[in-house]
Amino acid sequence: MTPMFRTTAAALALGFATAPMAFAEAHALSGDLVIFSDMSNPAPRAVMEGMVARFGEMHPDLNVELTVIDREAFKTQIRNFLTANAPDVTNWYAANRMRPYVSADLFDDISDLWAEPEIADNLASTKGAMTLDGKQWGVPYTYYQWGVYYRKDIFDQYGLTEPATWAEEKANCQTLLDNGVKCYTIGTKFLWTAGGWFDYLNMRTNGYDFHAALTNGEESWTSDQVRATFANWRELIDMGAFIDNHQSYSWQEALPFMVNGDAAAYLMGNFAVAPLREAGLDDDKLDFYQFVRINPDVALAEDAPTDTFHIPTNARNKEAARAFLRFVVSAENQTIINAGDALGQLPVNAASSVDDDKFLKQGFEMLSSNSPGGVAQFFDRDAPAEMAAVAMEGFQEFMVIPDNLEDILQRLESARSSIY
Amino acid sequence: MTHATLPTTSAPLPRRRNAQAIAPWLFLAPGLLFFLFYVIFPVFQSFNLSLYKWDGLGAPEYVGLKNYRDLGSDRAFETSLWNNFKWLVLYLLAIPGGLFIALFLNQTVTGIRLYKSLFFFPFVISQVVVGLVFTWFYDPTFGLLNILLGWVGLGPINVLGDPTLVTYGIIAAGLWPQTAYCMILYLTGLNAVDPEQVEAARLDGARSWRMLWFVIIPQLRPATFIAFVVTIIGALRSFDLISIMTNGGPFGSSRVLSFYMFEKALSEYGFRMGYGAAIAVVLFLIMLVFIAYFLWSMYREETGR
Repeated sequence: MTPMFRTTAAALALGFATAPMAFAEAHALSGDLVIFSDMSNPAPRAVMEGMVARFGEMHPDLNVELTVIDREAFKTQIRNFLTANAPDVTNWYAANRMRPYVSADLFDDISDLWAEPEIADNLASTKGAMTLDGKQWGVPYTYYQWGVYYRKDIFDQYGLTEPATWAEEKANCQTLLDNGVKCYTIGTKFLWTAGGWFDYLNMRTNGYDFHAALTNGEESWTSDQVRATFANWRELIDMGAFIDNHQSYSWQEALPFMVNGDAAAYLMGNFAVAPLREAGLDDDKLDFYQFVRINPDVALAEDAPTDTFHIPTNARNKEAARAFLRFVVSAENQTIINAGDALGQLPVNAASSVDDDKFLKQGFEMLSSNSPGGVAQFFDRDAPAEMAAVAMEGFQEFMVIPDNLEDILQRLESARSSIY
Repeated sequence: MTHATLPTTSAPLPRRRNAQAIAPWLFLAPGLLFFLFYVIFPVFQSFNLSLYKWDGLGAPEYVGLKNYRDLGSDRAFETSLWNNFKWLVLYLLAIPGGLFIALFLNQTVTGIRLYKSLFFFPFVISQVVVGLVFTWFYDPTFGLLNILLGWVGLGPINVLGDPTLVTYGIIAAGLWPQTAYCMILYLTGLNAVDPEQVEAARLDGARSWRMLWFVIIPQLRPATFIAFVVTIIGALRSFDLISIMTNGGPFGSSRVLSFYMFEKALSEYGFRMGYGAAIAVVLFLIMLVFIAYFLWSMYREETGR
């Protein structure tokens, strides 16, 4: 069956490449299209349902069945349904997070889709994140920037400006501390937030390539480069830059410190903007800057986690699934689903327009023109899950008891030798 | 079926004997079947799985006892084991605690039923709620505990963020409902205390502590046994409180074996099925010690009469 599907798909691909306008009417898709989605929060759910409705209108003969699964439960259920009862399309994440399913041959190779000019030209920026072993295994549908969200009114009050260098960052921080304001809020109870700090400090200290090699297990955790990263981190910890007791809070529980003005900034993904706005910080009080340059010799690189769609190997209606993936990444759909009143994130298609939102515009500009070093996914998506768990636990321990560094690094190094 | 039994009608006596022998098994069969299939079989499956390296997706790879050797050098495992031990010992405080509350409540004053229900209340609410309540109580910034400590000039302490305190903090939260459970067991036990023996002891001059130790507590033996059983089992299966209150943190210092097994085998970053199974086997063996003791003492009790 598979070769037949392949050829059909290839033929279709050719058809689309030459006549994209024929997309809607020419190939009448039929049968069932089963989609399992993890977009269970209210806004993403509405987006997913909207996409299915619009796709269904374009293909009246196709019966689209959407199942939305709780986002956290999805992370474990995907292992069962990919093997037992595969849908035609499923959500997941980019980079190494795909690895277990790619290795187990549970995700379909969709390199043919990526060879189509529509996708090849407009999605080039995320191609790397979807590539493992030289092939593409899915398409992205949204991504968002990471960076420092800060209280502009507090910065103004103490005469501070957005820093650009490590020295300025620390000087700002010292002024804030002298005035009884913590520099950064963070909640490390669930560990991954500390991974964000490590990502940035390591990419700024050693560059994107070293960071990628480290998360790939090719570099040692006890190397001088890694130690330099932790030395920079320690400068902030020793200053008392982070809020106290962060190990007891989730990322949401750390938000009030910033809202109440006890802390001035938050290194976070763009999804933090919505709750901060709801808590009463309008655009005059809340602003954004790119994480400062530390080592002037390395190019700036950013974290921009990408959420994705994939076709399981055991899917039954791969033709319709491919059509759905094409529809998801199309410029028009990307503009709609990433708008401020929908997902409120960045479109993956270069031909789409970014919503007129202060943070989205800054993020888009930063990622498209000021991130020459590369774009990382996030620590727990770039590193294998097991390594990520051990490492992020080490980061948290380091932030609480920095003197344990040597012990932590030894532990990570021994984990590296057994995991990769 | 009726045809099959026809030949035996000529000899009614053996058939009745057969029926008497078979009937109990027939009644037991559904239970036994389910027990075999859902309890015994998975136990052996876990034993088997612990000898493999398996991510839950691909083909399992036989690695012999490697998972157990890895456990030997795994510090997180050591921490979990040690925490399990703390749980086992400290959780037993629920038994004397429950006994004294039961003795205190075992009187007839107006509204005693209300007081009893209030004391029993923590056992009725979900462990998740208990965990949340104590998390707020311990909260380092806004929590009641630090306000209380502040009044006497102490603190502030971050119980759930301090690797040396965290397990004790969670055990304290767990003792709250467990004490209530033991209390109820003792309250029913106290109803069965023979008033004549108490009267006789009183005539012999036994007072307060001696009365309690030599007359009341020996009569509460069955209640103590049950309280011991449920408390030990409760300590070994502690999971929900840890998951709610700390998620195993900070940096893994509040994990116990059951939580570590879940993390390694089933959580977002886990899926080392073989390794998780090896942890489960260790936990099973620890439990087996206690279960064997319980079964043995129950057996002795029944045959001793």
